[in-house]
Amino acid sequence: MNRRRKKSLYNWIYDSVVYIILIGVAIVTIVPFLQVVTISLSPPEVASSYGLHLFPTKLDFNGYKSILGYDTIWTSYWNTIVRTAVGTGLSMLLYVMGAYPLSRRYLPHRKFWTLFIIFTMYFSGGLIPNYLLINNWLGISNTIWSLILPGAVSAYNLIIVRNFFESIPDSLEESAKIDGANDITILFRIVVPLSKPCLATVSLWSIVGHWNAWFDCMLYIREEAKYVLQYTLQRILIDGQIQDIDVTDVVVNTDTMKMAALVVSILPIIMLYPFLQKYFTKGVMVGAVKG
Amino acid sequence: MGSSSKRRSVWQEYVKCKYLFLLLAPIILYFIIFHYVPMYGVIIAFKDFYPARGILGSEWVGFENFKKLFSGLYFLPVLRNTLIISFAKLIVGFPMPIILCLILNEVRCRWFQKGVQTITYLPHFIGWVVLAGIVQQVLSPSTGFVNYLIQLFGGEPVFFMGSKAWFRPVVVLSSIWRNCGWQSIIYMAAIMGIDSQLYEAAELDGASRLQKIRYITFPGIIPTIVIMLIFAVGGVMNDDFDQIYNLLNAQVMSVGDVIGTYTYRVGLQQMNYGYATAVGLFKNVVALVLVSATNAFSKKVSGSSLW
Repeated sequence: MNRRRKKSLYNWIYDSVVYIILIGVAIVTIVPFLQVVTISLSPPEVASSYGLHLFPTKLDFNGYKSILGYDTIWTSYWNTIVRTAVGTGLSMLLYVMGAYPLSRRYLPHRKFWTLFIIFTMYFSGGLIPNYLLINNWLGISNTIWSLILPGAVSAYNLIIVRNFFESIPDSLEESAKIDGANDITILFRIVVPLSKPCLATVSLWSIVGHWNAWFDCMLYIREEAKYVLQYTLQRILIDGQIQDIDVTDVVVNTDTMKMAALVVSILPIIMLYPFLQKYFTKGVMVGAVKG
Repeated sequence: MGSSSKRRSVWQEYVKCKYLFLLLAPIILYFIIFHYVPMYGVIIAFKDFYPARGILGSEWVGFENFKKLFSGLYFLPVLRNTLIISFAKLIVGFPMPIILCLILNEVRCRWFQKGVQTITYLPHFIGWVVLAGIVQQVLSPSTGFVNYLIQLFGGEPVFFMGSKAWFRPVVVLSSIWRNCGWQSIIYMAAIMGIDSQLYEAAELDGASRLQKIRYITFPGIIPTIVIMLIFAVGGVMNDDFDQIYNLLNAQVMSVGDVIGTYTYRVGLQQMNYGYATAVGLFKNVVALVLVSATNAFSKKVSGSSLW
């Protein structure tokens, strides 16, 4: 009796410690986001005062008004949406096309072609040769292609898709072959429909990658009208104020505007988040990359 | 005769799989153009390169650029910063997701576990431009809540982002904030793979919950830990450019400038192409050697390896 009580006390303390640590971790992770949202919604006198700023006490939408009144935010938003859509579409097509042959055991020199791709995961030319390639040799800088093509295929994702294709039973393919289907038909009619979860994962990876990309824009894009969202955001955050914004009628605390810009830019990611979480965790489980 | 018939049969094999190669060709082309051409481009590290003259037209200078690298005043501090930050991330950051997943695994209430996971994965999906903006806001000496708390407990406010002493800790901690939850997923997956009979047997033997972690859960995820460690050690030369670039400012240049930011500045802002390529090549070769070495080591010691 005494022993059992001791054990339940032990369990109770143990559980309490576990829960307290995890609640602490969750709070530390989420508090910075709460502060950003709060400041974006606060009037300047609250935003510039000391405090925890975890929840808005007084609402004020001038931060959002001024950021949404800035034209470049809208063009950048659109440019990011376009690059994400076109870039992800192209990447998915290439992944499917590349992964299928590499997953077939009868592909001649299969090992060589796989290594040919995997090698790029461990060695690269580095920043300068890549820059020269895009800017000088291919001459595609200042176009959307300089944002889409260089990262269109990641060796890592390609191998993940290949591994998934390999796990699809051969018997389906063989019976289709007997019916006279060629490889291309088999790929798009049989293999792709069976691989939806894996392809969803990889496409979400690609979407997030495009959404958060800024460095390629800084390197290759020279006109403000072609900037992507993250780069415009970076200019607002690092380089300080937006020059051509009209601040004569409303006094705007730039902090609230910056924070409003942050919120506006992560909103789509937050909305996608339930899907992201579901498929990303699955993706990590399948993602044991081995050559 | 024999070799020509062999060549013929290889050719025939390719013809037989023509549809497969039709599918594969664009990908091979992509890797040649966007990966192997830049690899060929590293030879400008051995040249006095001017874009107008092209690679072939530029003059060979042998190891001149590499000599400059190691004799100059600038590269060695940058290498030092890179290694210090990377090792700090490795030592402090690497165990974090392991600890987190071991604790998470002790939770029996499913919705609580899910909730904590949902929150801790979140920063991973947000890019460094945004996260750096958040970090700067939270650490701001005038309005950030960290300094608010410091003052509440009677301390002096600290200008974290402009402090040489604080810059590296901020980099390490913000990287943990972004990645810890996410990296724990892979360990969670490893825990799921542990045979539940082991736990039942331990239960019968009267093992405590801590003992189960010590003797079953932790040993069960060691192969995964080893693989992740290979990746991590192999990656010590890869500074997180996105993170550092967005957090870096003039006041902390001496402690925060890393290979990635340095290459960008010297190469693309000062147009010192040959030299910057040499910096990049040096980094990539060391990284490749590191991955191969750690991989070979772990293959020998534990039997788990990347290839």
